Amino acid sequence: MTDMTASPSGALATDARLRARLRQRKRKQVILQGLGLGAISFAGLMLFILVASLVSTGYKAVTQTHLTVEVFVDPQEISVDKLPRGGFRDVLAAALIKEFPDMAEAGRKDLRALTGVYSNGAQFRLRDMIVADPGLIGQTVTLTVPVSDPFDQLQKDLIKRETPQAQRRVDDRQIAWFDTLAERGMISEPINWGLLTNADSRFPELAGLKGALVGSFWALLVCFAISFPVGIGAAIYLEEFAPKNRMSDIIEVNINNLAAVPSVVFGLLALAVFLGWFGLPRSAPLVGGMTLALMTMPTIIISTRAALKAVPPSIREAALGVGASRHQVVFGHVLPLAMPGVMTGTIIGLAQALGETAPLLLIGMNAFITSAPGTPLDSATALPTQIFIWADSPERGFVSRTSAAILVLLGFLVMMNGIAIYLRNKFERSW
Amino acid sequence: MTSIAFLALFAISIIGYVWNITAVNAIRKGGNRLHSLGYFHGMYAFLVSFIPVFVVILLWLLLQGPVIEWIVAGGLPAGEYDGLGTGEQQLVMAEIKSIARGTIFGEPEEWKIAAAERLTRLYTLSSRAMLIAVVALGLGLMFLSRSKVSAEFRARHGVEHIVSGLMIFCATTAVFVTIGIVASLLFETLKFFDKVSVSEFLFGTNWEPQIPLREDQVAAEGAFGWLPVILGTLVITAVALFIAVPVGLMSAIYLNEFAPCRLRAVVKPALEILAGVPTVVYGFFAVLTVAPAIRAFGAQIGIDVAPNTALAAGGVMGIMLIPFISSFTDDALSAVPRTLSDGALGLGATRAEMVTTVLFPAAIPGIVGGVLLAVSRAIGETMIVVMAAGLIAKMTLNPLDSVTTVTVQIVTLLIGDTSFDNPKTLAAFALGMMLFIVTLIINIFAIRIVRKYREAYD
Repeated sequence: MTDMTASPSGALATDARLRARLRQRKRKQVILQGLGLGAISFAGLMLFILVASLVSTGYKAVTQTHLTVEVFVDPQEISVDKLPRGGFRDVLAAALIKEFPDMAEAGRKDLRALTGVYSNGAQFRLRDMIVADPGLIGQTVTLTVPVSDPFDQLQKDLIKRETPQAQRRVDDRQIAWFDTLAERGMISEPINWGLLTNADSRFPELAGLKGALVGSFWALLVCFAISFPVGIGAAIYLEEFAPKNRMSDIIEVNINNLAAVPSVVFGLLALAVFLGWFGLPRSAPLVGGMTLALMTMPTIIISTRAALKAVPPSIREAALGVGASRHQVVFGHVLPLAMPGVMTGTIIGLAQALGETAPLLLIGMNAFITSAPGTPLDSATALPTQIFIWADSPERGFVSRTSAAILVLLGFLVMMNGIAIYLRNKFERSW
Repeated sequence: MTSIAFLALFAISIIGYVWNITAVNAIRKGGNRLHSLGYFHGMYAFLVSFIPVFVVILLWLLLQGPVIEWIVAGGLPAGEYDGLGTGEQQLVMAEIKSIARGTIFGEPEEWKIAAAERLTRLYTLSSRAMLIAVVALGLGLMFLSRSKVSAEFRARHGVEHIVSGLMIFCATTAVFVTIGIVASLLFETLKFFDKVSVSEFLFGTNWEPQIPLREDQVAAEGAFGWLPVILGTLVITAVALFIAVPVGLMSAIYLNEFAPCRLRAVVKPALEILAGVPTVVYGFFAVLTVAPAIRAFGAQIGIDVAPNTALAAGGVMGIMLIPFISSFTDDALSAVPRTLSDGALGLGATRAEMVTTVLFPAAIPGIVGGVLLAVSRAIGETMIVVMAAGLIAKMTLNPLDSVTTVTVQIVTLLIGDTSFDNPKTLAAFALGMMLFIVTLIINIFAIRIVRKYREAYD
């Protein structure tokens, strides 16, 4: 009875309470969604900052400031019979003095301040030109050479003219000279192909990635040559032939664990076994590739097994039914159908290997090497270790080069992953 | 010479292949039916000559260096070489080798030049002998396989046996690699413990391997105590997880339960990009952007932050681990049967309530497994900390301070020239051993948890 009489007002009361409670529950949902969105925005923001900071420093290395001068190759300084020795530096200095006649009588210190515009590689560039064609001696040649790093940074506004003289690496006089040269149209800023075609150098304006690219190429080639056949063989055996016994279990557990072993441990293994016991050469892409192969193998095995598993049993049964042997079934029917998946996994594994740094450091692929390796046995660096070396260099000019090198590395990774995704989309079948 | 040997091997194998196929065709023309297709007879010849000779070449190349060096060292004048320590012996050998290559510094002694000449001669001899061995063995095997061609010969079975053997070998490589890792680490670590006691390494609170160790200093107290190093590792790992776990978890939950399709289509690839960025790039990012930013922020609110604070390295490592945690959470959430969440929704729970009270608790084991794997990744991560963390080991829990990690120490101890007889180098292997053991235990535990609970719902 009481219930009945109380019911209208009571219902209202619970209604209000319910509504409040519902509001509270919905608020909780909004909070949870907000947290989720916040987390995603945080991750996105970090990705954005990462890319933005690399691009904003790296784009400076896309161009390189060059100086074009008319050099009179003075036979008194450079004579044919003394090549490749000669006073190349003096000849270059004379070319600049011609632009600033008042410097003709200047002391050594002032002269050095003036010739500091040249990159250290300028004299070697001139030397190589003249060695290649000794007929140039006595003539005037037009030489376009990189300017040294501080002037490059001045041109790119990385060294601000407003900074007090004592705090920048070029003094007011040098800036004045540089501006005069620029007014006379002798300063140009072409695309910095040297970044890709030069090998490493102590001088940022001359340093390039050629050695690292070639080293990475050799290492990846060795890595592929080892990990691809071995990985596929292991995967086929485990997926198609292995009996379910203790040994197979041990192998499986091993592969799964290897995939999670820290990369630096593989470096230790390579250092102790490949270099220490087998006596293979230090810093060689061959050793780097072998080390990377050990790390890539689990990836290839796991993805190949997944690809083999995805081939429906009807294919196997049909082939067996018409009299194929188990090997013929696998190699003639299952493996070709699984190949797109295998290739995708392999490319992704190689992309990981391309970015791997730590094991390469331990086997000495962070050496300072000024020429590209000709064979996998020569000393070399790889792209990621080159990035590490440059990142560690004190010269300011290397900051933008490091970013640029990272962008090159990321470019390669994006390309490889793009190929993998393309293969997957083009050849993937759903049964 | 090596490439000629490989070429010869290829040529012989291919000739064997063709020769057997021709022989098969001749038999077939004679009116006989063969057990195996001609292709298998050819493959049989190819594999029978290729594989053994290939192995011989590899072994030869691996062993000739040490053997020749050993012969040359044995021929050196008495007293000049055998009395020296390992490091000095290596130096002498390196000098002899560089003389043999033609790069001579200063005036080397007479016997070194003689040794260099012998070295060159032995190498020429060895490579010639290898070529002869390759050709002889290859031809022998080729004739052997040719002699087997007959109508009854089961070439297919032969080929399949060989291929099976190869595949088993491939599969066991993983085991060999693990054995190799354990053996090499153990071997060097035991040498290390000859010089530094185990208890000192495990319980010492002082890590100063950079101090040059003289004979009387080896026993100096606690120069190789790993506690501050592992403590630093844990500090950085904690910072990383502090960022990665909430962000990764929340983004996976949101993507799985709330996100509109179009957002998911954008965010998932973005996370994959984040996962594919090499760690050296993250390391540079930490040095270039994050560390200065943290320092500037610290200066603004009046806190003194070390230049290579654990916050920078740990924070960036956290960013690196976000996709890792989020993908594991994603897997764990998807593994929870739809019936559970549908049931909760059917009873009137809001989506948020369903997630917090049903979905998430059911997925916890998988998530824990993923977090554990992330811990092992963070402990073993190298490049970010090598570039952004400090070098000096301190017993501190303060993330603003600069700390060092196990991997940083391994890399700094081993960068540059290394010889295997000083405790500095060996210490790196001892640290590597500990790193391997710790990550292995965490991995096994994590993989087991993940697998066990994934199966529970199947």
